[in-house]
Amino acid sequence: MENFDYTLIDWSRAQFALTAIYHWFFVPLTLGLAFIVAIMETIYLRTGKEEWKRITKFWMTLFGINFAIGVATGIILEFEFGTNWSNYSWFVGDIFGAPLAIEGIMAFFLESTFIAVMFFGWNKVSKQFHLLASWLTAIGASLSALWILVANAWMQNPVGMRFNPDTARNEMENFWAVLFSPVAVNKFLHTVSSSYVVAAIFVIGVSSWYLLKKRDVLFAKRSIIVASVFGLVMAIFMIFTGDGSARTMAKYQPMKFAAMENLQTGRKNAPLVAVGILKTRENDEHKREDFMFKFEIPDMLSYLAFLDPNAFVPGITDLIHGNEAQGIIPYKNKMEKGKVAIDALREYTLAKKANNEAKADSALTVFRANYEGINAQGEKERYFGYGYISSENQLIPPVQLTFYSFRLMVGLGFVFIILFILMLVSVIKNKLENRRWLQYLGLWTIPLAYLATQAGWIVAEVGRQPWVIQDLMPTMAAVSHLESSSVMITFMLFAILFTALLIAEIKILSRQIKIGPKEGGR
Amino acid sequence: MVLLKDNLLLKVFRFYYEGFRDMTVGKSLWLIILIKLFIMFAILKIFFFPDFLKSKYSTDKQRGDYVMEQLTKPKP
Repeated sequence: MENFDYTLIDWSRAQFALTAIYHWFFVPLTLGLAFIVAIMETIYLRTGKEEWKRITKFWMTLFGINFAIGVATGIILEFEFGTNWSNYSWFVGDIFGAPLAIEGIMAFFLESTFIAVMFFGWNKVSKQFHLLASWLTAIGASLSALWILVANAWMQNPVGMRFNPDTARNEMENFWAVLFSPVAVNKFLHTVSSSYVVAAIFVIGVSSWYLLKKRDVLFAKRSIIVASVFGLVMAIFMIFTGDGSARTMAKYQPMKFAAMENLQTGRKNAPLVAVGILKTRENDEHKREDFMFKFEIPDMLSYLAFLDPNAFVPGITDLIHGNEAQGIIPYKNKMEKGKVAIDALREYTLAKKANNEAKADSALTVFRANYEGINAQGEKERYFGYGYISSENQLIPPVQLTFYSFRLMVGLGFVFIILFILMLVSVIKNKLENRRWLQYLGLWTIPLAYLATQAGWIVAEVGRQPWVIQDLMPTMAAVSHLESSSVMITFMLFAILFTALLIAEIKILSRQIKIGPKEGGR
Repeated sequence: MVLLKDNLLLKVFRFYYEGFRDMTVGKSLWLIILIKLFIMFAILKIFFFPDFLKSKYSTDKQRGDYVMEQLTKPKP
């Protein structure tokens, strides 16, 4: 729609992206390191060797630093929902509120209680209870993430609710449908497993630094063994969860999938572009991308998307202009239906205010008929959000950013698997101390792990544009009517606050790493 | 029973008290946490992040009407 303030929308998006990116610097390490610490403590309890207690306590300290500095950074995102995204916050109603409330309660009771036992409980509670507290902290942290990710997955695939035209809110109809939607299950598993991989690489990187400095060698090698095994298992698991995520994307967000692959024209036996370089086509109304270079794997995209090498994968053009043979209706038709639904909703509201029940009923019937429908595959599809779109081009996400981010994430994922294997084999063969190149590789993979996990979120969030709630609410309709200058000011404030926190984190972590494991450790 | 309860509460209090007292790295972390929470809740939330709908309207009905108007506003 032409009456949107795009400066305000862009600044609001930039602010949310900034806070989410910074928040995600802290979260993966908390989620993964908690499990690594719990595993190390389990080894200590089983072997009774004091060295494992030292190892556990050292990584627990780093976990504590990261947890303390990162804690509550996510609350800022909730501030933003209420201030900058008020239309969205109202529209999603209790769908978003319920998971966030459960997350808050779980985070408080599980994490806060058992973290205290983890840090204060050495020699004060039994070893078994202390270990239980460590495991419950790790499980609690990941369960907290579950509820946030369920809320995010609902935005990508809104299910289990019904829109109430009297309150302008969505009401939960089926909590279990929200919790166990295929998008939510895959998103949770993929996000937490990737976080575990980040933490494993962090442990390997820091341990590699000790090996480069030729100090605390036994400590470093034992830490690398635990992190490599944990990281390898999780990285392999991540391949399957990523595969599941891609399949749900192909089904529920076909435009994001097409953009991620830069698949302009749909086809059967679609190949997967393993590596490619894009170039924007000149004087093209849809700003399409061409490949300057690409290396393809035949039939692979069809297989990955639908487990059938002969399956048809819709391209960007099919989705814009429709494809009758494949039962895809053009965006223009969806936009028309969406506009009819919005107009009918306005008519319904006015008729209700005027106590004209007959007109209200008739408007509601039109609204329901155009709010959603059933597609050729028998799946529910929604049109309401398309009513806010003025041009089909707005429905194409930034292709280059989505395409490259996806390849960066996947490519680095395979680099991490190779790193875990090399580290594990080198430690077992007792050759790691002589392989300084591998130690450097371990150390410098830490920033790459963060880059990969941020790239994953870029695929998920940039790739779904223009939608804040898939097919129901575009980003432009979700923002509050604020002064864009006030959003710019808070953007700057957050940039300063989060940068200060990140610097504090790195400084305190570095100081603690330089001190090294206490009570010995050779 | 009361004595046992008191004893348990006392134990929990001592557990936390001694834990906080013996912290080393934790003390500077707590300082960071407190400064951060102060900035977030006493400055950012109050001065920069009021709840848009709650600050403008007093009832849910008014908030719903406002959002409905925003969502169904016709094109100019």
